[in-house]
Amino acid sequence: MPSPVVAPPRAALGNRPFRLAVPPVSGVLRPRLLLTGVGVALGAFLLFCWGLTIGDYPVAFTDVIRALWGSGDAGTVIVVQDLRLPRALVGLLVGVAFGVSGAVFQTMTRNPLASPDMIGLTEGAGTAVVAAVVLGWTGGLGLSTLGLLGALATALLVYALAWKGGATGYRIILVGIGVSWICSSATNFLVARGNRFEAEAALGWLVGNLNGRTWNQVDSLAIALAVLLPITLGMGRWMRTLMLGDDVAAGLGTPVQPVRLALLLAGVGLVAFGTAAAGPVAFVALACPQIAQRLAGTSSPPPLVSGLTGALVVLGSDLLAREAIPGTELPVGIVTGALGAPVLLWLLIRANRAGSGG
Amino acid sequence: MSTTDPRTPRTSEAPAPGPELRARDLHLAYDGRPVVENLNLTVPTGRITAIVGANACGKSTLLRALARLLAPRQGVVELDGVALRSVPTRELARKLGILPQTPVAPEGLTVLDLVGRGRSPHQTWWRQWSAADEEAVHAALEATSLTDLAERPVDELSGGQRQRAWIAMAVAQGTPILLLDEPTTYLDLAHQIDVLDLITDLNRREGRTIVMVLHDLNQACRYADHVIAMKAGRIVAEGAPADVVTEATVEDVFDLRCRITPDPVSGTPLVIPLGRHHHDGTSPAGQPGVSEKV
Repeated sequence: MPSPVVAPPRAALGNRPFRLAVPPVSGVLRPRLLLTGVGVALGAFLLFCWGLTIGDYPVAFTDVIRALWGSGDAGTVIVVQDLRLPRALVGLLVGVAFGVSGAVFQTMTRNPLASPDMIGLTEGAGTAVVAAVVLGWTGGLGLSTLGLLGALATALLVYALAWKGGATGYRIILVGIGVSWICSSATNFLVARGNRFEAEAALGWLVGNLNGRTWNQVDSLAIALAVLLPITLGMGRWMRTLMLGDDVAAGLGTPVQPVRLALLLAGVGLVAFGTAAAGPVAFVALACPQIAQRLAGTSSPPPLVSGLTGALVVLGSDLLAREAIPGTELPVGIVTGALGAPVLLWLLIRANRAGSGG
Repeated sequence: MSTTDPRTPRTSEAPAPGPELRARDLHLAYDGRPVVENLNLTVPTGRITAIVGANACGKSTLLRALARLLAPRQGVVELDGVALRSVPTRELARKLGILPQTPVAPEGLTVLDLVGRGRSPHQTWWRQWSAADEEAVHAALEATSLTDLAERPVDELSGGQRQRAWIAMAVAQGTPILLLDEPTTYLDLAHQIDVLDLITDLNRREGRTIVMVLHDLNQACRYADHVIAMKAGRIVAEGAPADVVTEATVEDVFDLRCRITPDPVSGTPLVIPLGRHHHDGTSPAGQPGVSEKV
């Protein structure tokens, strides 16, 4: 080999990571990732508060922030905390759930197209919920549970059909798209069969909607996130080795199959609870991890920043959906769909050109 | 964690013997199709071993089993006398590293990031990047002459640089045993030699045990201390290159007739294939510059 070069100055500021240590604790600080995370979180918080100002009874921005902590006049506190907060919180939590779940799936399959909304998981959750609403057999289960079961069943189906000595990224996507179409046909069939009232309720839910959310949805979603988010983020180190391929990951001491299963279940759980709370808000899980990755300049979607980006996008889209056409309130899913479709096209074109689709 | 094994008297010279890797009565199969049968092997500790053989003879399969990427159907692979399957995953990854054939890095991943991931068996959730990690990564970058390219994305490097980056990751892992599956595939000749020299450095300077699958017999002879020739899932011959790579063995293993002459540079066997158009009759003396007097 050529003679070794003198070691360069370490840890120049910028995109280069540097070491933080208070022995025995140590970690890597990535300035750009940190800044992106803080910026996106701030943006999401602003949109969150902004959303709380909107409604029949206008509340000033500063009053909203005060009312959040329970101060200010009693009427404003009730309006903000009881009437508007659930909607904003569901938007926030759904965004986080979809963003993180998308990051998990895209990282695991090493393919930006393998997000839960592309491979039929949200469709499957939707079919289960619509079936329950239209056919009237909820079996005493809440919509969240039904959505969870639907997404889990779909995930198992996709995984089983894509399995051929190990499920690879491309096969999961192709099978997932097929399964997704089956689910959406089933959903359409159920909606067509149902009576008008049921059909309308189901349709309103199917496009992804934050309207009329209550603390019930907030609670189940918050509990799900409190459990699944730490599990997912805790596996970040293993996600980073899994990205190098199964054999390399195993060689680096990653328990490949258990980690993959745990990540799959966590990702499915996040999407299922999110879908149950707000319907399949289109393209959030697909686009937000990709946006976060580009903002943070990382080589794979950073899970937490993807979640924050998801929150930002859902809250922002909901604002647009409510304010874009005066007097009309669109479901948030229509806005994310309109914004997300170009992102999907861009990913498809890029994947084709670089030949890195799989 | 004890690495002092009283049952390894055979390492005569190595001052600090690393763990010993051994396969016993190994049967391996893919999709129920037997690939390796009844194979016994002791990897010489602190040496470079090359596994050679025709395509689909089971050499990569054997390497995967030695790294626990493939569970044996029968028999056992042992690390210091302990069955590989009962070694904790993380502990195994601290003793044995594997570089699969042509791994692919995610787009945009920098060399530094890739090499850093080699440290993951040494990390915990509270100790994600220790001083030892940093030191190991810098040493690995330096050993592979990649320090200047540390912040470049791996997918933008040349084939040779890319392979060096992957080797650097395995070097940073810091394992006494390193398994490499065809580390020179798809590289041009200069880069092949580059990579093989680097692997030799790892062995000579740090005493790492190296096992690699190689296609090129002459390179195997020149760079390995120990050559294992495989055919149809069995070991046909093993030992020093000069003992293993003979005209008879090459004909048996590769179904190829050849002449063998000493490598003018290293003195190790140099295989000159005959083929259909260069039949017998031509005496070895007909080869210019390569003759017995070297």
